[in-house]
Amino acid sequence: MKKGNDWRYRISNREAIMGTVLALLNFIWWYAFAYGLGGRPVKEYTYILGFPAWFFYSCIVGFIVFTLLVWVMVKFFFKEVPFETDEAEEESESR
Amino acid sequence: MNWDVILPLAFFLVLVFLVGIYTSRHIKSGPSFLQDYFLAGRELGGFVLAMTMVATYGSASSFIGGPGAAYQLGLGWVLLAMAQLVTGYFTLAVLGKKFAIVARKINAVTLIDFLKARYESKWVVILSALSIVIFLFSAMAAQWVGGGRLIESFTGVSYTTALFIFSGSVLIYVVAGGFRAVVITDAIQGVVMVIGTVIILAGTIVAGGGIENIMGELRAENPNLITPFGSNESLTPLFVSSFWILVGVGVVGLPQISIRAMSYRNAKAMHRAMIIGTFVVGFIMLGMHLTGVFGRVILPGIEIPDKVMPLLALEVLPGWLAGIVLAAPLAAVMSTVDSVLLLVSSAIIKDVYINYIKPDAEERFVKRLSFGITAVVGLSVFTMAINPPDLLIWLNLFAFGGLEAAFIWPIVMGLYWKRGNANGAIASIVVGVGSYMWLHLNYPNLWGMHTVVMPIVFSFFAYIVGSFTKGDRPQTNTL
Repeated sequence: MKKGNDWRYRISNREAIMGTVLALLNFIWWYAFAYGLGGRPVKEYTYILGFPAWFFYSCIVGFIVFTLLVWVMVKFFFKEVPFETDEAEEESESR
Repeated sequence: MNWDVILPLAFFLVLVFLVGIYTSRHIKSGPSFLQDYFLAGRELGGFVLAMTMVATYGSASSFIGGPGAAYQLGLGWVLLAMAQLVTGYFTLAVLGKKFAIVARKINAVTLIDFLKARYESKWVVILSALSIVIFLFSAMAAQWVGGGRLIESFTGVSYTTALFIFSGSVLIYVVAGGFRAVVITDAIQGVVMVIGTVIILAGTIVAGGGIENIMGELRAENPNLITPFGSNESLTPLFVSSFWILVGVGVVGLPQISIRAMSYRNAKAMHRAMIIGTFVVGFIMLGMHLTGVFGRVILPGIEIPDKVMPLLALEVLPGWLAGIVLAAPLAAVMSTVDSVLLLVSSAIIKDVYINYIKPDAEERFVKRLSFGITAVVGLSVFTMAINPPDLLIWLNLFAFGGLEAAFIWPIVMGLYWKRGNANGAIASIVVGVGSYMWLHLNYPNLWGMHTVVMPIVFSFFAYIVGSFTKGDRPQTNTL
């Protein structure tokens, strides 16, 4: 097998980029709600289920949303590839 | 002594011990011994992979130190802790299938096997092995001390006895069972961590009269407790965000975590582990740190942050439930030290001994040596932990950030950048560790960010510059 031309690497590279983009979105969500809503004076805070709104959206909703997004990402965008090299060659020949 | 509390703790220790011993029966002899002992034959399924990653990563600070800080600083510290959600999926996604495939192609058993094949350089191997042995040994000793102190404080036995109980239970199953015993017990420990979180969070909310009531009292005491800025307004957005590097994406560079990214069975296991791992790490971090904040309303005025969780558990829960909750930090410590112990021993045996001292060592001898070295490393950590030398405590300061700064680029760029070469990797390790230690001692939290941020930037540029110094031909050993 030629070095560096493994068809499985293209899939892996794409998935690594998706993971990085998701982490970036995660950071933006976390930061925007925390400091966007939480930066106001405490007197103006609104509350959801007892929590200040900034905390509720940034940490609680953010946790749920990004767990779901990870599920969506691996379910619909990640591909199953064989890890053993012999299997991979068979599969790439049958393509 | 409080027997209600001690019984569940003792039951947990015995359970972990028995399961660890049981799994050791599966250790194979013959040519696959090293792969089996240090990597469980690359057979991890999704659930066990997720749990071992979370449990290895989560340490005493997730259950004791972190909630204690949240108690003092308020919701701002919970926000900071939630930067760790990303560790649930990022490491597996970024190292990804490529790391798993490459590891199989070159038959890598340790992280250094990968670096050795990728960079073909003796110096990369020696520097990496040195960093792993020195930093992780001292980090392990610190955790070991923590484990002893936990048992001491929950049961009232003397520190030395506590340390003996802790070492005995961990050492025997790690030595006998290797990586498989480590990951299976990690799975149990992870489950205990989740259950403990559920119980203490629920107990604290009930004892505080509901979330609305708790928030009202916090606001009345000090409105800053419910802002993102901390009770004394010390948590700036930049400082808190910089923890996304230290305890978020930078975790890719920790050898005890990245080694797990070559241990799973197939793509399906990796996919499942990302979902389960994200949920579990998010749940534990959110639950435990929130509990710390809520605890302020129930038990005000605790001066020593590390006492918050133990006191709170005993206050809001019946004894036997408190015992289950207090098993969680113990589980977190055990699951971290067992992994690190095995990693240090693999660096000595596989990366140093077999690579450079005796490449043609006989199978049976390697097997005996693996048990032997693991036991010797464990016993020396135990001895050190009885009365930790200052040097060890000093080195432990650099362990986490230093390892991240050393390894993140040689691993990640080594996988994805063809031009990266040995000069780049060596420069990156030296600059990363060196600048981290120097900044930590001279300019901690430079420019209002955690100290780890700049060394990771420096080591990135060192990698690039180093890689370009090697003449005009790019090295294309991309595996």
